[in-house]
Amino acid sequence: MEKFIGSQTIQFECPPHILGASSIVGPKEGEGLLKDYFDLILEDALWGEETWEKAESKILKETIHLAIKNAGIAIDDVRYVFSGDLLNQLIASSFAIRSLNKPFFGLFGACSTMGESLILAAMTVEGGFAKYCVASTSSHYCSAEKQFRYPLEFGNQRPPTATWTVTGSGAVVVGNHGQGPVITHVTPGRIIDLGVKDPMNMGAAMAPAAADTIVTHLKDTNRKPSDYDMIATGDLGSVGKELALELVKKQGYDIEQVYTDCGVEIYESDKQDTHAGGSGCGCSAVTLTGYLLKSMKAKRYNRILFIPTGALLSTTSANEGESIPGIAHGVVLENIE
Amino acid sequence: MEYIRAFITGGIICVIAQILMDKTKLMPARVLVIYVVAGTLLTGLGLYDYVVDFGGAGATVPLIGFGYALGNGVMEEVAESGFLGILTGGMKATAGGITAAILFGYLAAIIFDPKAEI
Amino acid sequence: MAYHDNETLKKEYGKLVKQKSPKVTLLKNCLWAFFVGGGICTIGQLLNNGYKALDFSKQEATTLTSVTLIFLGALLTGLDIYDSLGKRAGAGSIVPISGFANSIVAPAIEYKKEGYVFGVGAKIFNIAGPVIIYGMLASIIVGIGYYFFGQ
Repeated sequence: MEKFIGSQTIQFECPPHILGASSIVGPKEGEGLLKDYFDLILEDALWGEETWEKAESKILKETIHLAIKNAGIAIDDVRYVFSGDLLNQLIASSFAIRSLNKPFFGLFGACSTMGESLILAAMTVEGGFAKYCVASTSSHYCSAEKQFRYPLEFGNQRPPTATWTVTGSGAVVVGNHGQGPVITHVTPGRIIDLGVKDPMNMGAAMAPAAADTIVTHLKDTNRKPSDYDMIATGDLGSVGKELALELVKKQGYDIEQVYTDCGVEIYESDKQDTHAGGSGCGCSAVTLTGYLLKSMKAKRYNRILFIPTGALLSTTSANEGESIPGIAHGVVLENIE
Repeated sequence: MEYIRAFITGGIICVIAQILMDKTKLMPARVLVIYVVAGTLLTGLGLYDYVVDFGGAGATVPLIGFGYALGNGVMEEVAESGFLGILTGGMKATAGGITAAILFGYLAAIIFDPKAEI
Repeated sequence: MAYHDNETLKKEYGKLVKQKSPKVTLLKNCLWAFFVGGGICTIGQLLNNGYKALDFSKQEATTLTSVTLIFLGALLTGLDIYDSLGKRAGAGSIVPISGFANSIVAPAIEYKKEGYVFGVGAKIFNIAGPVIIYGMLASIIVGIGYYFFGQ
């Protein structure tokens, strides 16, 4: 039987389960609004390592181990690992997964990687190609700043539209049977680029992609925004959130009642000086594995549309004057009886 | 009075850079390049001397003053040693600052480690 | 048709982005830049007068002032203070010569982990390099102008 509906969406026949999840975050995230939901809050962003890159790898590795433990399975049960990050050539993921001794798919979806990895893990499991798969991602403020912007000690100013890269990692174990919420639908997103060039306003660059995936998903599934308890985009921040809301409204859907953004949820913007909010792969990943999934477990939310968003730029493309392409992947999570 | 003039001159030079950064989205590195080039050329045209006469350190401490040193240096050197001065003057006049920056930068790299921002 | 080929849509969106994005607080930024920038220059004046009082020539005093401010900028960068100042002061701490030092010391510290040759050595002028390059080129133009027309 065909499992695809509409133009982009997949409807699973036997929806795969999220058996376990985990989140490890840095000290700043541990002081934010979601601090009570994370599994582990680090006191030091280096976590005993020598470099930011090694620290990020360690965070990712430990997060994956924790997710496997939380799922109640052994590492040997895991068949494939889907993971990615922001660093050039995915070094955070490669070096983290090097010691797991498992087949690895390295993904680059910028900050949408949690969505991309979840979709591929769910398809692999539901297709009968694996019993258990891991989907994970990470980001680190210091390694991202170093690669994309300025050295940490450089005294530059951040505009109010800038976002703060989350230090943290989220991992999920997807399996074909067991306890936990299921993934009923996924809507992989298209690359949308409406010409935003300002790398200090990534929310604006990604909002059109988020809006496109939300509208496409609702059309494909014939659902209304009110069919969801929550629609949560990845890391648009306060500026991008407003823009996405406006763009979705233009296409005839009012999502305001159920809509939020992980980048807005994670920090206390005024106090923590994070300007427009959080961003980075870790932003949507730890919000999902911390806040969203734990709220689902408590039955506060029963059906969520989770849409991590990514800005597909590099320092080279930005220097060469290219605009910033955005992408957003939709995943429907549902509590079943 | 000298100090007040330095304060005001330096302050205004920084405010102009701030406006350039905020209003035109110019990155800091671009603003610095513009300032150095502007300082050098204005000195060549003999205009920046007036600013230095008024503002003292207020005109020489900002990076535009680095351009002032470059411009003056190259002109002095050309006056003294002729054509070759075109190539040697600028570097000679700013050698102290650049070498000091390299030295202190290198020492800082040995002594300090990057710290996470929270 | 892909969205990025649609110029009208892009233009419309550009307007919306402008409308929804918070503006920089220009006045506040400028006040910070004015007072911090002015303050650093006043310290410079103080140093300059001090060195002159110690019988250094005008030229020497200027160079010593620069070197002292570069040292202070480097030290405060290493102590993690200069970047906190820069967050508020913006151009006020970037434009003075101490900011030039900050732009050299910051990458030197950051890239140390990539080695002293390919890290510190290669990256130390990451930000400040263009300033020196264009400064030198401008000085050559001034030199040529002075050689042919100035004297």
